[in-house]
Amino acid sequence: MPVEVLMPALSPTMTEGKLAKWLKNEGDTVKSGEVLAEIETDKATMEVEAVDEGVVGRILIAAGSEHVAVNTPIAVLLLEGEGAEALAAPAARPAPEAAPQAAPAAPVPAAAPAVAVAVAEPEYTGPTTTQTVREALRDAMAEEMRRDPSVFLMGEEVAQYQGAYKVSQGLLDEFGPKRVVDTPITEMGFAGLGVGAAFAGLRPIVEFMTFNFAMQAIDHIINSAAKTLYMAGGQLGAPIVFRGANGAAARVGAQHSQCYASWYAHCPGLKVVAPYSGADAKGLLKSAIRDPNPVIVLENELMYGQSFEVPSDPEYLIPFGKAKIERVGQHVTIVAFSRMVRLALEAAETLAGEGIEAEVINLRSLRPLDTATLVTSVMKTNRIVSVEEGWPICGIGSEIAALMMEQAFDYLDAPVHRVTGADVPLPYAANLERLALPQAETIVAAAKSVCYR
Amino acid sequence: MATETKPAETKSAAGEEAGTQAKTATAQAIEPLELLGYYEQMLLIRRFEEKAGQLYGMGLIQGFCHLYIGQEAVVVGLQATAKEQDTVITTYRDHGHMLACGMDAKGVMAELTGRRGGYSKGKGGSMHMFSREKRFYGGHGIVGASVPLGAGLAFAHRYTGDGGINYCYYGDGAANQGQVYEAYNMAALWKLPIIFIIENNRYAMGTAIERASAKTDFYRRGDAFGIPGMIVDGMNVLDVKAAGEEVAAKVRAGEGPYVMELQTYRYRGHSMSDPAKYRTKEEVSEVRKTSDPIERLRALILDGGYSDEGALKEIDRKVKAIVNESAEFAQTDPEPDPSELYTDILIEA
Repeated sequence: MPVEVLMPALSPTMTEGKLAKWLKNEGDTVKSGEVLAEIETDKATMEVEAVDEGVVGRILIAAGSEHVAVNTPIAVLLLEGEGAEALAAPAARPAPEAAPQAAPAAPVPAAAPAVAVAVAEPEYTGPTTTQTVREALRDAMAEEMRRDPSVFLMGEEVAQYQGAYKVSQGLLDEFGPKRVVDTPITEMGFAGLGVGAAFAGLRPIVEFMTFNFAMQAIDHIINSAAKTLYMAGGQLGAPIVFRGANGAAARVGAQHSQCYASWYAHCPGLKVVAPYSGADAKGLLKSAIRDPNPVIVLENELMYGQSFEVPSDPEYLIPFGKAKIERVGQHVTIVAFSRMVRLALEAAETLAGEGIEAEVINLRSLRPLDTATLVTSVMKTNRIVSVEEGWPICGIGSEIAALMMEQAFDYLDAPVHRVTGADVPLPYAANLERLALPQAETIVAAAKSVCYR
Repeated sequence: MATETKPAETKSAAGEEAGTQAKTATAQAIEPLELLGYYEQMLLIRRFEEKAGQLYGMGLIQGFCHLYIGQEAVVVGLQATAKEQDTVITTYRDHGHMLACGMDAKGVMAELTGRRGGYSKGKGGSMHMFSREKRFYGGHGIVGASVPLGAGLAFAHRYTGDGGINYCYYGDGAANQGQVYEAYNMAALWKLPIIFIIENNRYAMGTAIERASAKTDFYRRGDAFGIPGMIVDGMNVLDVKAAGEEVAAKVRAGEGPYVMELQTYRYRGHSMSDPAKYRTKEEVSEVRKTSDPIERLRALILDGGYSDEGALKEIDRKVKAIVNESAEFAQTDPEPDPSELYTDILIEA
């Protein structure tokens, strides 16, 4: 029976890709390990190797096709002794466990945004373009680099590779190697070097491939960047941006899946933001680059490929310390940041079907925190659920719970409910990983519980 | 007591492939005024530090206080080679560096006593002072952290093309931190204008270099990165200055980073609460007797006929007045206003 060759997932977060080129034509013989085709994802170009030996019976997806979903059959391979007439019969699909690059069963969000974002920014009425979060971040950097020659980007693979997650795509071409600097794999060293350059008046953007690796550099982030202005009596500070992917991606295990929001939000001398949408990403990153203080920008790998309407005005900036009400409701407040905003919006849809109107607040900024917007919302809803993928102990939710007790105590009709990641190192197994991270249904259950339903 | 400039201790230079060399730098063509200037600067640091030790004993300075006594020739000799656009960074034994950079003794001493007239308004303390005006970038308390920071200052020199270089000072203890080598690698890779200056005073806190370092030839620590090194007698200000000039010229010319090991010695404890169990009193007094940088220079000035007792006495008086004035200011200047607790955390955009 002929075998279908499926569109492989080349990374844990890939949901679709472009079939760039076929290296074999119909009728060609292939051996195991031979390259059949080249596939481009949003991150990289990869080769598809044949697993079985045989003859290419039919090519199902033409070269140049974009948005080919993972696991779509792309070709049919005729095995030894099979003729073209076998193509009429249904082809055998490789069993998932036989395909090492099979698509992840992890909770990757649906490729198409399930929740439409109504408005990019209430106060913004200018032109917008549909962009991925990745492109919005890139444009934020490019616009600010055009505006200020002291801004430069440094990090691992930011230049020639075009970014480990392709966030810096095209920047080397436009700005050259002086301003787009590939570093060795040396987080502590280049974070410190960036802070020193900031002391001297430059405006570095330091990209961490992910914030997990920034733990090697956290001494410079806190001791060198955050504390110097104070220790210098205001004489000298570090205008620097530390940015990169934060939190869990998909199936990458405990050491690559931690949320650092509460770690950095704890520290005076830092500003900490966590964009959700493309507009957030662009407006917050641009504000971060212009800010004279050290700013941590916590991005999320799973959001990089998601599309939103993004303001194209180069002066579009989002002020720090301003949360955004993503959905208005009167029965319960759900507060979240980063990718959790998406889950909160999904939960709100479900809740609406059951007669509960949830108000969804996207924090955007974790330090400073927009306490006023939270209090105002709780004065209306009298109930609040916080959502984060980080651990529960001393998390952002813990802080929100304390603030609500201090500032909205008389308005609460139920205890603050924290939805968090499980208090465990993130497991690899798909079922355990799902159990360890907040899901839309967890949020629904939490919202119902504070509504006593 | 040495009566003339002695050749620096030389060591076998097996690292020739990286250009590493053991260096003897002997001063030539000495100007009397230059010598008196070094004498005054070294004496200012010595007297300032003695006064700081005294104020510490009186409880006016508290917390950490790391004195530079014995090491004066290192920073005075090297800063004599600096140009206006150059930057300086060091670790926590920083009072001497600030004075050598031309920072005001009153501001430094008032910071030690935690007063509002201190360089950091009393909010930094002994280890955390800065002067953008004098291009002194701290004052860093985390051992080793100042090395990548210095590489960043050098990166900025190259980026802006201001022609400056960075003088990055740290000790034999910091030399064992991993991030030092991350900085070496990037500095060599990008040919950053930086001098890595290892002040080898033979003890990392209380641990002798032989007990902490598998190899104690610190000037060769750049070998793996192709960074040349030089070893210099750090107790001889003229040797230090001559070596510094040679190295600074190379670094300024765009040849990339350079490692200098300055062999020196601190007479006082690591900090103020040093048990002094890790070395003998005899060892300390022997160094003081035979190698003291100030006494050596004094002898050279007098024996070489560059100047006379009267001129040196005049410098003594001048230095004493500066130090006394700084101590007076540091005791009478008020503490910071309580409202300062919540200032300077962030710059208001």
